[in-house]
Amino acid sequence: MYNQSLKQLSTGLRNKAFSSVELSHYFLQRIKRFDGDLNSVITLNEEAALQSAAQADKSISMGEAGLLTGIPLLHKDIFCTEGLRTSCGSKMLDNFIAPYNATAVEKLAQAGAVMLGKTNMDEFAMGSSNETSFYGGVKNPWNLQTVPGGSSGGSAAAVAARLAPLASGTDTGGSIRQPAAFCGITGIKPTYGRVSRYGMIAFASSLDQGGAMAKSAEDAAIMLQSMSGFDEKDSTSVDRPVDDLLAHLDRPIKGLTIGLPKEFFSDDLDAGIAEKIEQAIDAIKSAGATIKEISLPNINLSVPAYYVVAPAECSANLSRFDGVRFGYRCEEPKDLEDLYKRSRGEGFGDEVKRRIMIGAYVLSAGYYDAYYKKAQQVRRLIQQDFARAFKDVDIIASATAPSVAFAAGEKKDDPVSMYLSDIFTIGVNLAGLPGMSVPCGFVDDKPVGLQLIGNYFEEARLLNVAHQYQQLTDWHLRVPAGYEQE
Amino acid sequence: MSIRSEEVMKIAHLARLGIKDEQLSGYASELSNIMQLVEQMNQVDTTEIEPMAHPLDQSQRLRLDVVTENNQRESLQKNAPNVEDGLFLVPRVID
Repeated sequence: MYNQSLKQLSTGLRNKAFSSVELSHYFLQRIKRFDGDLNSVITLNEEAALQSAAQADKSISMGEAGLLTGIPLLHKDIFCTEGLRTSCGSKMLDNFIAPYNATAVEKLAQAGAVMLGKTNMDEFAMGSSNETSFYGGVKNPWNLQTVPGGSSGGSAAAVAARLAPLASGTDTGGSIRQPAAFCGITGIKPTYGRVSRYGMIAFASSLDQGGAMAKSAEDAAIMLQSMSGFDEKDSTSVDRPVDDLLAHLDRPIKGLTIGLPKEFFSDDLDAGIAEKIEQAIDAIKSAGATIKEISLPNINLSVPAYYVVAPAECSANLSRFDGVRFGYRCEEPKDLEDLYKRSRGEGFGDEVKRRIMIGAYVLSAGYYDAYYKKAQQVRRLIQQDFARAFKDVDIIASATAPSVAFAAGEKKDDPVSMYLSDIFTIGVNLAGLPGMSVPCGFVDDKPVGLQLIGNYFEEARLLNVAHQYQQLTDWHLRVPAGYEQE
Repeated sequence: MSIRSEEVMKIAHLARLGIKDEQLSGYASELSNIMQLVEQMNQVDTTEIEPMAHPLDQSQRLRLDVVTENNQRESLQKNAPNVEDGLFLVPRVID
């Protein structure tokens, strides 16, 4: 049951092979049985989930079911869920009960999906290992000594361990793709503006984008279809029709050109990972695609530019946490300044404080041109590199991450080395392009992810290539040892 | 670029972050390392390059200046640490 595709589960529901209440109960039991070790789910929504499952069963009986009706899923705890704690992985919001639903949550609920709970994450989505969460790190189900990646590490670990068929994620610098790679699942970050950011707690507003995490490209396509679309409540949402993602999955990829950026295939790339990526590209080639070497000459500056843009925006966004209107407040503040400083000092963890300070520094008087403006200019150069490349190729492919899942604690005290684990993913956010990660094999029994990058609004094309690749391979069907019992 | 402890203190004040004295030097060295990474940007000449604020160069959408939200004071104040008569309470600011 746990490894069935969304379409199979949906057919099972319609044929009354099982009900949504039974299916939801089944996955809730898996969470209770397996998540003690993983720590991927931080809030269970059991009672409300079973109620919405019962509601879904009624819709199914009345013949009103869509593909997601009655399907259980998990939401990253960055998405506001009405009446349910929305912590963003922070002590600051440990007591925060969201007063409304994020648009992405609302859309999935309207489609009949059943929310089982909220997943663990790096605090305010700042991290690449899930170790910055106030609720403790998440373990990678493929190897409990290693991290699941981050910041959507809880969602990735939960889908990998088959605790839910689907989970939402958000990606500011790789936070869907890198954990998807580390956990051997499929994750897609669409074009900036495709999924509404309303009710998605803001980290870096010009980079943040919600997306889907699932076992396969087909399942991710179904979920992303439902999450996407224009939303008046998000001023950065793009008013443009959403392609029929499912309809494009079966298109042949013969004649497509896949670009390989030479900067991402340098001699520094880990040999084991390079081999897996080459095999994946050979498989795509065997389906009729052509391969072309391309160059993204400024891509090596994406991590430096990102660590100006993202902290600057985060320091502005996180100024709302003041201990006055919601969130954590320190004990017995002696005056207003003490209230602000201690509430924020005690409510935020180390990494969040570091980024707020970097942001305040680069935006402080006299430094704006040297840092923020410079970073925005570098960002333009990176975008132009991609634009030039997409004149010659349809899709760009690379490794998602420079290593497989690393050991817990290995990079925790070295922010810069942690930042460099997003070296292949960050440029995509700076340019605002869609990107995804697809499992493509193992090195040292740890999953490797193939990153596919598309031109603006080419999510259908990306998912098409990923789906065709998954017709030729079965990496996406592998389940970590210990999680295969029903 | 190296950031000294006194600068950390100043930045933390600007950001209204309470930082303990014994943490200043640790932050100073971490922030210095991050700024060293950031400064790799200087490898490239960006004169005449238009700064990029939005991936799709989309401008902020405007709407009519009419009320679109209902009053939700009660439900929104449920999350507040201290309220009275619909007001947020903070320590006394003016004597």
